[in-house]
Parts: sequence; structure tokens; C-alpha cells
Amino acid sequence: MSETTTIAPAQRKPAKSRSAIFAIGLILVGLHVAIALTTVFWTPYGAMETAGMRLEAPSAAHWLGTDRLGRDFLTLVMIGSRIALIVGIGAVGIGAAIGVVLGLLAAFATKFLDDVLAAMLDILIAFPVLLLAMLVVAASSEASLWTATLALGIAMSAIVARLTRILVKRVLQNDFVTAARTSGSAWPSIVLRHILPNIWPTLIVNFALQFGIAIIAEASLSYLGLGAPLPNASWGRLLQEAQGTVYTAPLGAIAPGIALVSLVIGANLLADGMRELRDPTRSTQR
Amino acid sequence: MSLLVAFMVLFFLLRLLPGDPSASLLSVGASPEQIAAARAQVGSDLPLGEQFVKFLTDIFRLDLGTSFVSGVPVADEVGERLSVTLPLTLMAFALAILISVPLGILSAVKSERWYAQVLSVVSQLGIAVPAFWLGILLVLVFSINLRWLPSGGFPTRGWEEPLDAVTKLILPVVTVALIMSAALMRYVRAATFDVLGSDYLRTARAMGDSFAGALRRHGLRNGAIPVISILGIELGSAFLGAVVIERVFTLPGLGSMLLLAIEQRDYPNIQGVLLLSTLLVLVVGFIADILQRLVDPRLRSERARI
Repeated sequence: MSETTTIAPAQRKPAKSRSAIFAIGLILVGLHVAIALTTVFWTPYGAMETAGMRLEAPSAAHWLGTDRLGRDFLTLVMIGSRIALIVGIGAVGIGAAIGVVLGLLAAFATKFLDDVLAAMLDILIAFPVLLLAMLVVAASSEASLWTATLALGIAMSAIVARLTRILVKRVLQNDFVTAARTSGSAWPSIVLRHILPNIWPTLIVNFALQFGIAIIAEASLSYLGLGAPLPNASWGRLLQEAQGTVYTAPLGAIAPGIALVSLVIGANLLADGMRELRDPTRSTQR
Repeated sequence: MSLLVAFMVLFFLLRLLPGDPSASLLSVGASPEQIAAARAQVGSDLPLGEQFVKFLTDIFRLDLGTSFVSGVPVADEVGERLSVTLPLTLMAFALAILISVPLGILSAVKSERWYAQVLSVVSQLGIAVPAFWLGILLVLVFSINLRWLPSGGFPTRGWEEPLDAVTKLILPVVTVALIMSAALMRYVRAATFDVLGSDYLRTARAMGDSFAGALRRHGLRNGAIPVISILGIELGSAFLGAVVIERVFTLPGLGSMLLLAIEQRDYPNIQGVLLLSTLLVLVVGFIADILQRLVDPRLRSERARI
């Protein structure tokens, strides 16, 4: 009956909708990149400038109104794009650098070392990224953009390491690796020539997802007061400050959130799109 | 074994924090002798190995030490804070299951219908929304505009005022539950898809079972296995993730205790909260493991590690 017809086609969506997803992701992320680049040399007002009265309602002069110190909300939200991209890319980069090396080590290590590393990674992963990042931030003497980025990168490296470890182990079982090994290739060249090219595509999709996770975690850190202070404030800090004046200026508590969500969704869609374009037989469910 | 590794990771992670814990409890002008005395009292002057042994034995005696700042035994404060965080987490968890399991199954079975598509978009949105922002939005709507619910706080006498306590927990619980169900729904949906495409379901259908009957008899059990392990992870992280939500709604739970302890470099308190959380995450994982074995007899024999 009608039930049976709904089963089969649902698992595979046509390739067309997948490239559409990729395109939407690209547009959303591209928009934020454009805004971020614009803020480097132009913003409507200065980040710390008292541009108007306190808590002004939205107007032609201040599209999103002003905060409790008279700063222009739009300016702050725009700068938030730049901060988010810096932290997101930085954190994923650091997490990737540490994680891939650790994962490779674990995959190549002796059984005992591998077991110990795997157990430690499992436990680290059981903790939310945010909690680990909080500890790293607490360990550094002052909150800055760099500490937040570093903290998130370290916190995420465990996830990358575990993924890399599993991927590498899978590649190692292949015949071409055995062939390379028996023909006397050195380890570094096997890693560079056979392993990395094979695990790279999966890793990249994962990095796009982690970019979104990093941005949410950074916003949460900032919201808790553990992120970078103004003028480098992220959307998280804007939201924290705006929460106090949510009665009089609700837009301040809404706009940074919308900006944040649109960037994260953009990154997630990019990841989904990449995964599908690369391997159309695999479903996106997961 | 994994418990020991967890404690080790925790211990050394904490020792990595710079800033002498004992220095923070003395005034800035403390003399070197005073600092040395404080270090001796705390035990941070001992070699690392000795500290670790002491740390372990103290745990087994359930002695978490006393707070540097308030002088209150850590175990007492953790217990008190737990009376806020635990109900918050458990209620949110239960609500999340109630929301996500039926909706997840529905969105997989009826994936062609418009409402299933909407559900899938909403769950995608939910993953991108930070918990604290959803909390702020809910406050904006239900506390400020509609004036139905309080925007935060907790009765000073705690659960001695049950009605007040429950009222103040509604918004935080809903916030956590909605965020959790967004992620959970995707897993339930994926698990259901796997079941729908499976051979045993097709066989059951071919043998004349109705679709709903086949799903009930064969699908649920199989679909439950991956979902249970995700549930375990989600419960653990919801417990730890309470930090942010407690801040949004100014709840005096474990999260705000941890945040304050980190700000004040109050070692015993940080340690106490983290120990308890680790223990809880591991115990929940263990329970999830047992549940999986109960559901799937094949797992009762030794499982291969990936």
C-alpha cells in the first residue's frame, strides 16, 4: 500500500537537491565572509564608539538600535562575523593539526599504546567540547581571542584524533598499503602518498561540521564571560550583554543569534552537500 | 579501568592549570611563609605522585576536601547543587525522549510528507541553535511578552517550596529538552531508516505481516540499539551542558558552582564537580551498555572494538 511506497525513495534524494543544499550553504557562509571582510576596513560606526543615545530603537541611523552604552548593534553584529570566522577556522585548524597527528600515532602505535590512547580519547570525547574549553580558558591568565581559539582547538582535537585513528586503520587494511609496505616504501611516504589522500575527504566534511560546533561553543564561552572582551567580542558576549536589557531592546538579544545560527547552518549544509557530492550512494542521515 | 584513566586525565588536567591554588586564598601581600603554610595545608607542596595517591584514596573515602574560598566541605555543596541540576537534567531528558522518539519515527516512516520535511528542517535548525540563545528567546516570549513563567531564579529554600521550584524549572527544562530532541530526532530517524531498508523487515512483510506489525515486532528492538548508546551520551552531555542553561536562568546548580570555582581557582570545588560529572558520565555509559546487551542478545558475547 502507500506505506511501502514511502520506504525506498526516501533514502536517496536526487542529486539535484544535494547540489542545491551545497549552494545554499555556500551562499550563507559566503555572506558572512563578505561581511567579515567588509568590517576590516569599514563598519557603520566604530566598535567602541558611543554612536547614539542608550538603547535607541531601530532607526535609519541605527538599523538594529543601540546597546546600553549607545553603541550601534549592527556594527557589533557585523564584527561578530569576523570574530566567528577567525575563531572557527583557527579552532578547527588547531584541532586538525593536533588530532590528525595523534590519530596517526595511535593507528601506527603498538597495541598497548593504541589501547591507552583510545581509552583516553573516549573519555575526553565523553565531555562536551565546551567543558574542556572552559578548563583550558581557566588555565590561561586572561581571556582573549587567542585563548578561546586555542581552548576550542584542543578540546576538539580528541574527536579528530579518534576519527583519524579509525579512518587510518581502515585504510591500512587495504592491499595497496600492504603492497607499498612489502615493496619497501618508508613510513612517511606511505602516510603521505596512500593514507592522507584516502582519509582527507572524510576529514574535510568533518571539519565543516566542527566549524559549526566550534562557533556555537565559542559563543557559549563568551556568553559565560570566558571569551574575548570588546572590541573583539563575539555574538555570545553581545547576547550576554543584551540579555540584561532584553525588556527595552529585544532586537539586541535576537539579531546576534540569527547571525550565529545562519553561519552554523551554512557550514552544516556545506558539509552535507560535500558528503553527498562526493559519495552520492551514502545517505545524509546521521 | 576506564574509571582510573578518567581520574588520571582529570587529575593532570587540573594540575596543568597555572596559578597556585593556595595563593588565591591569601591576600596579595602574603609573606612567603604564609604561602608555604597554605601550600602545606592544601598538599600542593608534595611530589605529584604522592598527590595523586592521596587524591585517589580521598575519593574512595568519599572525601572531596573543603572549598578554599568558603570553607564548606565540597561534598556538602555538591550535594546541595545536585538537587537543582539532577531534576533539571532528568526532566529534560525524559521530555526529550517523549518528543524525539515518536517524531523521529514519524519523520522516517512518512518521509515524503510535507510535515516530515518540516520536522527535518526544524531538527537541522535545532542543532545550529545554541542552548543559551533558545533560553533567552523563550524568556523573551513566555516571561516578558506573555508573563506566564518566571524568567529565572530558584526558591531560596529549594525543594521545600515544591510548587515554586517546579514553576521556575519549567523554562530551563523545556530549553534543554528542545535542544536535545533536535539531535536525538536525527538519530531516531536514521535508525528507523536503517530498519526500514533492512532485509528482515522485507521478509516479515513478505510473510504477510502488516507494515505496523512488522515494525513493532522486528523494527523497534533493532532500531533501539544504536539509539540507546546515543541516549547515554546525550544524558551525560546534558548533565554537563547544564552550565550554560543555569547561567541563563540564574539557577544555583552544579554548573554555576563550577563556573564560580573556575573564576576563583577554587581547586577542590572544580575537582568535586568534575569528579561527580565523570562518574555520572561513566555510569550512564555503563547502564547504556547493559541495556544494549539486554535488547540485543548478539552483543552479549564479546564485542569487537573498532
